[in-house]
Amino acid sequence: MTDFHRHPDSYHHWQLSIEGDVAHLRMNVDPEYAFQPGYELKLNSYDLGVDMELADAIQRLRFEHPAVKVVVVGSAQERAFCAGANIWMLAESTHPFKVNFCKYTNETRLSLEDASQHSGLKSICAINAACAGGGYELALACDEIHLVNDNNSAVSLPEVPLLGVLPGTGGLTRLVDKRKVRRDRADVFCTMAEGLRGKRALAWGLVDAIWPKSQFTDKVQARAKELAASLPEKAKRGITLEPVHGERTDTGYRYQHVQVEIDAAGRTATITVHGPKGAQPKTGADYERAGSSAWALRCFRELDDALLQLRFDHEQVGLLVLKTRGDRAALLQVEQDLFANRSHWLCNEILLQMARTLRRWDLMSRSMYALVDAEACCAGAFFELTIGCDRVYALDDDRVQFAIGPLSNGALPMSHGLTRLHNRFLADPGHGQKLAAEQPTLAAAEADEQGLCTYLLDPVDWEDDVRIALEERVSLSPDALTGMEASLRFGGAENCDSKIFGRLSAWQNWIFTRPNATGDEGALTRYGAPESAKFDWRRT
Amino acid sequence: MSIVDLEAKIPNNVGLRDNKRLMMALERWQPKFLDWWAKLGPTDFNQDQIYLRTAIGVGQGGWAHFDYVKMPDYRWGIFLADGPADRKIHFGDQLGENAWQEVPGEFRNRLRRLIVTQGDTEPASVEQQRQLGHCCPSLYDLRSLFQVNVEEGRHLWAMVYLLQTHFGADGREEAEAMLERHSGDADNPRILQAFNYPVNNWLDFFCFTAFMDRDGKYQLASLAESSFDPLARTTQFMLAEEAYHLQTGENGVGRIVKRTGELMAEGKDPRTVGAIPLDVVQRFVNFWFTGSMDLFGGEDSTNAAESFANGLKGRYRESDGIYKDPKALSATYTLEVPTEDGKVVTRDIPLRRAMNAVLLDAYIADCKRIVERWNRDLEKLGVQQRIELPDHKFNRHQGVYAGFRFTPQGKPIDEASWTHQHTEWLPTQADRDYVQSCMKRVIEPGKFANYIAPPQQGVNNQPIEFEYVKFH
Repeated sequence: MTDFHRHPDSYHHWQLSIEGDVAHLRMNVDPEYAFQPGYELKLNSYDLGVDMELADAIQRLRFEHPAVKVVVVGSAQERAFCAGANIWMLAESTHPFKVNFCKYTNETRLSLEDASQHSGLKSICAINAACAGGGYELALACDEIHLVNDNNSAVSLPEVPLLGVLPGTGGLTRLVDKRKVRRDRADVFCTMAEGLRGKRALAWGLVDAIWPKSQFTDKVQARAKELAASLPEKAKRGITLEPVHGERTDTGYRYQHVQVEIDAAGRTATITVHGPKGAQPKTGADYERAGSSAWALRCFRELDDALLQLRFDHEQVGLLVLKTRGDRAALLQVEQDLFANRSHWLCNEILLQMARTLRRWDLMSRSMYALVDAEACCAGAFFELTIGCDRVYALDDDRVQFAIGPLSNGALPMSHGLTRLHNRFLADPGHGQKLAAEQPTLAAAEADEQGLCTYLLDPVDWEDDVRIALEERVSLSPDALTGMEASLRFGGAENCDSKIFGRLSAWQNWIFTRPNATGDEGALTRYGAPESAKFDWRRT
Repeated sequence: MSIVDLEAKIPNNVGLRDNKRLMMALERWQPKFLDWWAKLGPTDFNQDQIYLRTAIGVGQGGWAHFDYVKMPDYRWGIFLADGPADRKIHFGDQLGENAWQEVPGEFRNRLRRLIVTQGDTEPASVEQQRQLGHCCPSLYDLRSLFQVNVEEGRHLWAMVYLLQTHFGADGREEAEAMLERHSGDADNPRILQAFNYPVNNWLDFFCFTAFMDRDGKYQLASLAESSFDPLARTTQFMLAEEAYHLQTGENGVGRIVKRTGELMAEGKDPRTVGAIPLDVVQRFVNFWFTGSMDLFGGEDSTNAAESFANGLKGRYRESDGIYKDPKALSATYTLEVPTEDGKVVTRDIPLRRAMNAVLLDAYIADCKRIVERWNRDLEKLGVQQRIELPDHKFNRHQGVYAGFRFTPQGKPIDEASWTHQHTEWLPTQADRDYVQSCMKRVIEPGKFANYIAPPQQGVNNQPIEFEYVKFH
């Protein structure tokens, strides 16, 4: 299994240092330490291994160093800030890997933005040298971008002119949606391989500040301190994030609260999540004492890891089947305590972690069916997982209950900002709002009546109907399903985040597989090859 | 042959008189250039009369006109070598098509970058050398320095002409930026790092012109093959001038080596008489030669492949037809590659990706030749010691060997050995201090500082004791 666990003590590519309320995260990619053999990570270019460390660093700043108010994302290399995703790595990767890589890196950047919005952790990007492609996309994820003005260092998105593909980590969308760069200027910028420097980069809104080389470090540091001083005080002591290693079994993975059983022949994975057992923390102070072993944190970190395993190591699995287990009342009690204490920094972080895992769930490019059977614990966040699925199969049985908890009313939003209940009932928003507000516990038939079940199955039919449903689903075209599901899952208005993923799974996917990019004569294939690319000039 | 307009404010053979837009642009730029020269050129010598050659035409010998001139009055102009009107592209993917008279849109940014990077080095070296005149070893050498300086200034004009003519508003901005970046300026340095170090003694200067300007020659030579005809013709003419700079360096180091050899043959210790010991010269050669190799770009380079494929940069003397395959598609290049465990292995890479290495090989062969010439003087004098050109892997900061340690003979060594031994191989502060102490100003016509032998002959058939510079 892929080990997504990282720790600052053993980073190969980043340096994390903390001074009071300002942290410095400096990229210093070890070219020899690539995630896969076959390429070198020159000029601070990155691959999945580099991004795992970045994701880890952001997680640790949130949980282990809550006092940090500003993180300065910079480079320890004099000649390069970041050259973006390594092109050789992309060229030798399979298509599913590329897409999963882009998705993962974007989720990492979203976690940086999420921390800024909800954790009081602002980010400043300090571009000390050349910054291209994914390097600038990382900058775009920060709150402020500072660029050295040395008549040489430029920011650029050279994917279109150089590689015939698109920036894969939300660059285009963040440019116009987040930074609100004028569309014609964005057009010029995105077709100019060498990018823009100093004054023009500033004038066009690509960066927020430029500084002379000799003052760059001091000015950025001063701005970081100033920004930190303007933010409210934060908790001084964090918790320790212990690793959540799963155990590889013959047929899947076993974690403390999560199990994955993979039926390779059936191309199906059953994910079973377990609710809390034993006493759980109640107050913020309790949670601080419990650290990363508290169920609410551990369970969702485990699920997060399991989802990544499925994405990267089990491309063939087309259907995820969700089963929930545990005590509904205990689960709801945990959520009520967390929700009541949400102004406590750690309870807040745990809720944010749950929300992020749920969004990763929504963004699985696999079909997802929830089975709400007699043992199901369809409550609270597990209810959210359930209605996050493409279909909900419920057993018509007295023991089956749907228990909506306090977090369904906005604490666990989807990528496009809606609650899952709102998203489910777009035709009747009042209905979703009512359920979210009243948080009822519903018997199976009531749940079906309220629109929470796709199918309410009689016990007599259950086994057969479920089996047929699964078999039928995995027989359909995987590509068509990915596109269909991504379209149907996110109803209503889009926002920056959902647009990024939408475009990732549509345009980026499509362009990556087109001959103009990855055919024998395509631009990505031919990049660095002796011959230049040849295009099929027809527009689609 | 094209007509040279010498009466114009800006002498040229590109018909500037008929191109009002371009003339206005260049006339706007001219005062800025003169202002730059007055502030950052060899400022303290601007009032002196220098015996300089000035380009007045592009035909054989026609451009070498000699006379006394104050440097700010030098006629910086725009000259393109004559070329056939129907030149064809002779390498790369577009082999056989007509050479471009205008910049193709798809290569515009790449070409601009090439021209800006080349152009930026021209004023940079003038800035680097601006204090050297104060410690010249002779009037002959002082004149050489200024000749090099004004011609580097003209090369800037040549690049600015291309930018102003073919790259629109962006080109004009880049032309201005060339005068705004300054060598060694912490905030606004020259693009290539090697052009940000001061050149304050004459051993550095001669090594610089011998090795760095020779790199320039090879870069220009590859641009002289360009499918973009105006660039090819501009650089062809620059090469004619550049040859003199290389000679200055080659002869200068040679004369220092010769003088030291003479003193050694007389049984004297060079250090006791203000001359420069051969081991010090060797360390300077090591430093500048290796630094110049770093300017060629990575040995395995996708950029180089693109530039060749697109027809922007050819191989050295590509147009002479000395390469078998003008498309360079099928062949490979065997590159020495260092490994983590301290070995060197060979790897075959597609030839196009190795174009920087191919150019570098031609350059190294040329450098070997000049070192052999220096050694012939030592041999004649009966001195056993020799100057040796270090291996191409030694002391590299760019390309595949960067980050690895090698001896000057090319043997891989570990970091500890490097730390222990590198002062034997590269100039130390003591070396620099010693060389600086030898820099005594000599301005009596025909006299030379004791660390350097007189040249074989004077300039333009004038005697060696000719008054090449008349101080005001």
